[in-house]
Amino acid sequence: MVITHILFWFLSVLAILGAIGVIASKNPIYSVLCLIVVFFAISGHYILMNAQFLAIVNIIVYAGAIMVLFLFVIMLINLNAETEPVKNVYMKGAGIISGLTLMIVLVAALSHAENANVVMKAGTSVGLTESLGKALFNNYVVPFEISSVLFLSAMVGAILIGKKDSVKRVKQNI
Amino acid sequence: MEIRWYIFLSLALFCIGIIGALTRRNSIIVFMCIELMLNSVNLLLVAFSKMHLASLNAFAGTMATSAQIFVFFIMIVAAAEVSIGLAIIVLLYRNTRSIDINFLNRLKN
Repeated sequence: MVITHILFWFLSVLAILGAIGVIASKNPIYSVLCLIVVFFAISGHYILMNAQFLAIVNIIVYAGAIMVLFLFVIMLINLNAETEPVKNVYMKGAGIISGLTLMIVLVAALSHAENANVVMKAGTSVGLTESLGKALFNNYVVPFEISSVLFLSAMVGAILIGKKDSVKRVKQNI
Repeated sequence: MEIRWYIFLSLALFCIGIIGALTRRNSIIVFMCIELMLNSVNLLLVAFSKMHLASLNAFAGTMATSAQIFVFFIMIVAAAEVSIGLAIIVLLYRNTRSIDINFLNRLKN
């Protein structure tokens, strides 16, 4: 039991430090790297909860594909350390205060919840690939097929958005 | 391991994501904070799927599996959204040479 607690605290501290690194770093590349650290920490939490399929899918999809896309875009638009002027200090302070207030309100609301002390069951077979696959292909086949249509439309949309205009612009007579 | 530790961890990540989305001016970093918020919700859903197994309900098994499949679909939607969002950001940069979100206010007039 103790090793579970130690791992939980280690992964949580890693995730929160990575999240603070995402929002606080000047260089966008450092933000992407900190977000990758957050994704690995969350995958570690998934493995701790025996959700093995989701842990691997999280690493492959998020840290492997989405973050690589972000890095490509940052490379293509040639974004080095932030060269834009600092946002107004009062707006930054207002944003931070409102975010922290939200956290305090939610913590206060949820700390008196009734079932908050339910101990999670350890070592079950829900998160394994086989049982998730059975549920996905027996009960959730329709959303699965619709998600393939979603991907097709996202791909077509992204290509259409990214195409260069080949129509010559007519000069306007003012 | 009680459920409230996972609730608080997910809350902390979510609120850090909100602070980042409100505070930063770079659109790519705002987008990354949205992904951070989505991941915190994923973590909470998986924690709840483990919690439901502890109750001796008849539906506990299917609720737990449904939660993890829901997480899978959230990841699918997030991947599609990231591809379109980054295409929009690249188009924005190509037209205005800047990805500052305050710059977009000028599109109003």
